[in-house]
Amino acid sequence: MLYFSRLKAAAVFGACLIGILLCLPNFWSAPKNGMPWPQIHLGLDLRGGSFLLMQVDMDAVAKEKLGSTVDEVRQDFRKSSIGYTRLAADVAANQVQIGLLDPTQRPAAIAALNDLLVPPNGPGSLADFNVSGEGTNLILTLSQPAMQARATAAVTQSIEIVRRRIDSTGIVDPQIAQQGDNRIMVQLPGITDPQHIKKLLGETAHMTFHLVDESANANGGGPAPIGDAFLPMQGDPNNKIAIQQAVMVDGADLTNAQAGQDPQTGGWVVNITFDSLGSRQFADVTSANVGHPFAIVLDNEVISAPVIREAITGGSAQISGSANAQAATDLALLLRAGALPAPLTVIEEQSVGPELGADSIRAGAISLIVGFLLVIFFMAGAYGLFGWFANISLVANLILMMGILSLIGATLTLPGMAGILLTLGMAVDANILINERVREEVKNGRSPLQALEAGYKRAYGTIIDSNVTALLAHVMLFIFGSGPVRGFAVTITVGIVTTLFTATVFARLLTSRWYIRRRPTALPV
Amino acid sequence: MRFFYRPLFRLVPDDTRIKFMRGRFAGLMVSAVLSLASIGLFFYPGLRLGIDFKGGVVMEVRTAQPVSFPAVRAALAGHDLPDAGLQALGGKNEIMIRLESRANAQATDAAVARVHAALDQVSPGNQVLSTSAVGASVSSQLFRQGLMALGLSLLMILIYIWFRFEWQFAVGAVVTLLLDITKTIGFLVITRLQFDLVMVAAILTVLGYSTNDKVVVYDRMRENLRKYKSMPLRELIDMSINETLNRTLGTSMTVFLAALPLAIFGGSSIEDFAIVMLFGIVVGTSSSIFIAAPILLFLGEKRLRRDTRPAKSEDPKKVQARAR
Repeated sequence: MLYFSRLKAAAVFGACLIGILLCLPNFWSAPKNGMPWPQIHLGLDLRGGSFLLMQVDMDAVAKEKLGSTVDEVRQDFRKSSIGYTRLAADVAANQVQIGLLDPTQRPAAIAALNDLLVPPNGPGSLADFNVSGEGTNLILTLSQPAMQARATAAVTQSIEIVRRRIDSTGIVDPQIAQQGDNRIMVQLPGITDPQHIKKLLGETAHMTFHLVDESANANGGGPAPIGDAFLPMQGDPNNKIAIQQAVMVDGADLTNAQAGQDPQTGGWVVNITFDSLGSRQFADVTSANVGHPFAIVLDNEVISAPVIREAITGGSAQISGSANAQAATDLALLLRAGALPAPLTVIEEQSVGPELGADSIRAGAISLIVGFLLVIFFMAGAYGLFGWFANISLVANLILMMGILSLIGATLTLPGMAGILLTLGMAVDANILINERVREEVKNGRSPLQALEAGYKRAYGTIIDSNVTALLAHVMLFIFGSGPVRGFAVTITVGIVTTLFTATVFARLLTSRWYIRRRPTALPV
Repeated sequence: MRFFYRPLFRLVPDDTRIKFMRGRFAGLMVSAVLSLASIGLFFYPGLRLGIDFKGGVVMEVRTAQPVSFPAVRAALAGHDLPDAGLQALGGKNEIMIRLESRANAQATDAAVARVHAALDQVSPGNQVLSTSAVGASVSSQLFRQGLMALGLSLLMILIYIWFRFEWQFAVGAVVTLLLDITKTIGFLVITRLQFDLVMVAAILTVLGYSTNDKVVVYDRMRENLRKYKSMPLRELIDMSINETLNRTLGTSMTVFLAALPLAIFGGSSIEDFAIVMLFGIVVGTSSSIFIAAPILLFLGEKRLRRDTRPAKSEDPKKVQARAR
């Protein structure tokens, strides 16, 4: 057990050297050229910043899909001249229910709905709807797998949009990640008041352009005519406008949006530029409807409904109605970044000011130093020379832990710092077990060499047993925990692994070097 | 130089021969009573759930000048926040304000804004150190997951020890751990410390750690069961505990020393964590000695012996030969 080949000894010291090298990047800031520079990140609880956990509203995704399907069914039936008495979305059942006028038209109706029922991308992909019902009754049920795929896509797309929106605010080093099935976690270092970001992320920002139904009275209190909707003006919920539901141009077809000032009125506006499809659609609509109002709708509110004075063919337009520079800038940002596929709601929020973060770092550092010294003095007092070997291993352990944490780019939180300290306290446990065993063997009359051999060999099983159980508990904590507590689980898990190396291999190497050099007749135990 | 070479002290003299098994009934009784009382405390008055598990808002504020709690309370009530809880923090002029969970994110934002307004009314120029808001859906999920982590850890420890030792050891360890956990929960109720995710981490750490202690003692018992085949189990357990006393106490001491500065300097969030750890270490260490071992004694000498002996019908001469 005490014999180390040269190669092995070199490998052990080499591992420690690598650990030191891996720690080094933490002392300099990362170079600008994008080189991989593994570093331990400070958690938000230490550096200050905001954490937002948002949930993608999946019901809204289903509702939106059912709503648009009703429109599609209406158009398909009109094209194929199929009569129906009833056409409604049942959101609770994930269904669209249709009542046909003539049961013999059923096959024709199903054929007309072909685009909804056949997988869009060939036989391998998923159809959106399954058809059921009898006679005049036709039921389209949103298929579960298709819904699942849509939900996954919605979350992925939401993350992308959230990232674009946050990036364009200029926040440095934000972290955006999916959590669970339908949650998005956003970390914003240095932002201690996240109200503005929350406002930006709270808007779906889905913009559409609609024609206005000038014959309907939106404020009369009656129901909207079929194909119309009564939407409120932005900032004035009592003033409603009757718009035609058919989308003339979609805000998704934008290439650019910039805030600016109208040179004539001085009011704040957003200048938008359409892509080729959007430009063509916009030109078609504006040339066909000169003299009529054209409503710009954002998230079910009418921003403005100006009268079209002339055909706009250049592919650019101006949205007026912004209250101030901030509102215009935000709207431009939202339009550039694109619309969220579903609304996001903030379900968890944390923000830590920089003062508290600095206090926490100081508290963690003081605890680490004091705890480290206490453990070192105890080990030296209780085990003498072998205690010092354990202490040197402890330093190696700390270096290796930091090295691995840097390598995996772990996030250091205050509980994580506590985890490092506790790991140090537990790491020497292995040395205690070994030293006690050596001592016992000496008392049983073994020679120093035999005692050392036996000590390391026989304590090994106990060390493995006790560390595996601790490891199990912390892996569970990592799987089920969240936030800073995960940082704790990571540091302890890494610490247990490095402990197994330093307490058994590294300390053994020190002991063997010492023994070979001194050849003592009695061990200092 | 001496200090660097020879040990200066030993926690327990080597020739310690305490008859722990004599106190086994007393130990078990005390432990059972404490655990039962803790379970009672768990139901009434119950744990004080932290924001992670209950939802709501917690704000830490440093006020520009000292403020009186009644004034802050009155201001908060004046801003339609009668449910707000107040607590002084460690630092100077630092207070913590706690709000119940709101119906939705907008209501939460509005409530936080009203807290700001109320505080500005009492003492202008405040500094908000931190704000956390947790929705009810997240908190119930976190709570479930926290309990899941605890339960699964116990189960896996049970399975691991079962694999490595005889089943009696596994049952002994897990029963002891359960007794430890109930006491920790009782401790949380009495001290009114908040039960949150960090506390789950503390309990899990103590759990993993306390298992270490039990494994050390059990390991020695298993070794002694093979070595002294005719010694009565009671004496054998006493001997094993005494032999490993320095290990049990030494390993506990190092972790205790590491956790101690956290409890003193760690700041509001880590202090509570460390206090629970310190309590857990003391309970876990004593339970290794007074609970885990006696349970083994009750689970039966015969069965343990049978498990460790190769076969009953073996030739006695051979057994003797091996013993030598």
